[in-house]
Amino acid sequence: MKNKNIKFVQGNEACVEGALYAGLDFFAGYPITPSTEIAELLSYRLPQKGGKFIQMEDEIASMGAIIGASLTGSKVMTATSGPGFSLMQEALGYAIMAEIPCVIVNIQRGGPSTGIPTHVSQGDVYQARWGTHGDHAIVTITASNHQDVFQTTVDAFNISETYRTPVILLYDEVVGHTRERLVLPEQGELPLVERLRTSVREGVNYHPYLPREDGRLPMSDFGGVHRYNVTGLFHDMWGFPSDNPEVVHDLIRHLVDKIRNNVNRIARFKEYYLKDAKCILISYGSSARSARHVVEYLRPRGEKLGLLELQTLWPFPHDIVDEKCINAKHIVVVEMNMGQILREVKRAVERPERVFIANRIDGVFITPKDIRDILRVIQGKGV
Amino acid sequence: MAIKGYIRERFFPHIWCPGCGHGIVLNSLLRAIDKLGMSKNEIVVVSGIGCSSRISGYVDFHTLHTLHGRALAFATGVKMSLPELNVIVPMGDGDALAIGGNHFIHSARRNIDMTAIVMNNRIYGMTGGQYSPLSGYGTLATTAPYTNIDNAFDTVELATAAGASFVARSTTYHVQQLTKILKQAILHEGFSVVEVLSQCPTYFGRKNRKGTAADMMEYYKNNTTPVGSTAKKENPDLIERGVFVEKEMPEYCKEYDKIIERAMKESS
Repeated sequence: MKNKNIKFVQGNEACVEGALYAGLDFFAGYPITPSTEIAELLSYRLPQKGGKFIQMEDEIASMGAIIGASLTGSKVMTATSGPGFSLMQEALGYAIMAEIPCVIVNIQRGGPSTGIPTHVSQGDVYQARWGTHGDHAIVTITASNHQDVFQTTVDAFNISETYRTPVILLYDEVVGHTRERLVLPEQGELPLVERLRTSVREGVNYHPYLPREDGRLPMSDFGGVHRYNVTGLFHDMWGFPSDNPEVVHDLIRHLVDKIRNNVNRIARFKEYYLKDAKCILISYGSSARSARHVVEYLRPRGEKLGLLELQTLWPFPHDIVDEKCINAKHIVVVEMNMGQILREVKRAVERPERVFIANRIDGVFITPKDIRDILRVIQGKGV
Repeated sequence: MAIKGYIRERFFPHIWCPGCGHGIVLNSLLRAIDKLGMSKNEIVVVSGIGCSSRISGYVDFHTLHTLHGRALAFATGVKMSLPELNVIVPMGDGDALAIGGNHFIHSARRNIDMTAIVMNNRIYGMTGGQYSPLSGYGTLATTAPYTNIDNAFDTVELATAAGASFVARSTTYHVQQLTKILKQAILHEGFSVVEVLSQCPTYFGRKNRKGTAADMMEYYKNNTTPVGSTAKKENPDLIERGVFVEKEMPEYCKEYDKIIERAMKESS
């Protein structure tokens, strides 16, 4: 029987499907490999549902445009890769400071600089965390297969609206360009979070930047009855610039705490055979596919191997990683960079001398054999 | 409505120096809006960074104070997402034409309906007097202690070449004309550019021995002339003011509405 909800798609297309499912209204972007298909597909799909697509003059403008559109009440997204993500960093900080919901997709390629545009890398993990200047918190999510790309894209919109924060979807070239099966959920099957809007009536003072007790800030759309100021400067409850030390202190705490206090709510991960695992692989994105293959291959051969696949990279779920790894003799982080999540795992677990890395940094996708070869060395079984 | 009705008194006093021209531009802008009888809820003022960009905080509209140079990019998102809004973008000369130069020409090229006001004081005031892309050859600035060797843009020619469908220039001396031009610019459907020569006695004036604020305004009076006047033919150094371009062209959001209509028809 033919199921019209089953599609054979690229990861980039799965992201587009997820964004449309989540209610994307507005997309601004600039062409860049390997993310371009997202812009191409949305230029076709968005106007079909009355949404808006615009190709801006660069990635800086793209970020600016989605922030502006978000303030009118739209669900917004942009998509890019390495160099474009670098250009977006200043406006990303603006979205953090002004608490503007938006989703930024980075289909990672090799860097620094123009790097290796058509090949895979996972080198932007730290950039997602600390790319913009100043103290801040950020949410960054990834996935290893297309069903999860769809799901995490929907999640990204939900988290973005819930916490009024930009959310970065940090996929990679292999996930973006691999074609595989995607089952589209029916509308209503996955929960969608709509923006929390103020109930303050016209003529009554609305304080756009006065958090409720739960830390959330109900919004009022531009064009509505409440006129207020939005700025990237430190600001008071009216949204007006302030250098009052108390205002500055309270705002930075609020911006960091609203994410930090919800680490476990934001944490998404998958686990395979962790219960009795003596050796735990920790991976994310496309490299988690190879890691999982290794686990499935070696388990029947008697190796007590498990996999912790991280989807939420930031805020890093330190407690969860620590707890899952408590009984492991070896912990091996599988990634395609020089040890960005490795460092976080070492910071998270007791006895960090147990933590090793299996990586590739040459633009070539890490294979199960690459991981197995490194495992033999770590486990003292020779080269 | 009294002009005070458009101002957020809570946020005063403003940050501008005594003699600064930007307050005059603000005054003119509010009078233009008042004459048009627009609802405050339908106006969005988007600005960047700099002395001029602080305008957004002082006015009782929806206001978005963005990043240096990026006001037009943010404004494009606001306008395209909700085209019924009236978008006004006050910028400084460095903000609009140095760091924001790319957004300026591309917004003009798209002919998206908004009003860009370039408040040209020929200097970076907020950072203390560095030369801007409109300072011009031979001027002095804190970063041009031996005189500036950078040539200036002509904002009007740049905007015209980039495709803006309304282009005008006035000065803080000619407030009546400025108000009239701003009214026209806001009403114009398409990308409107209004350059306003606005004095900075604190930095540009002092560095370049231009005298007091009043002297600088008098300079605008004596050294400008209406567009197409015979005076300009006799003295080519005079700066023309008035409306240079006013033409009907397809507006970006309206064009995108047609795209939506077509996409919906084809997919149904």
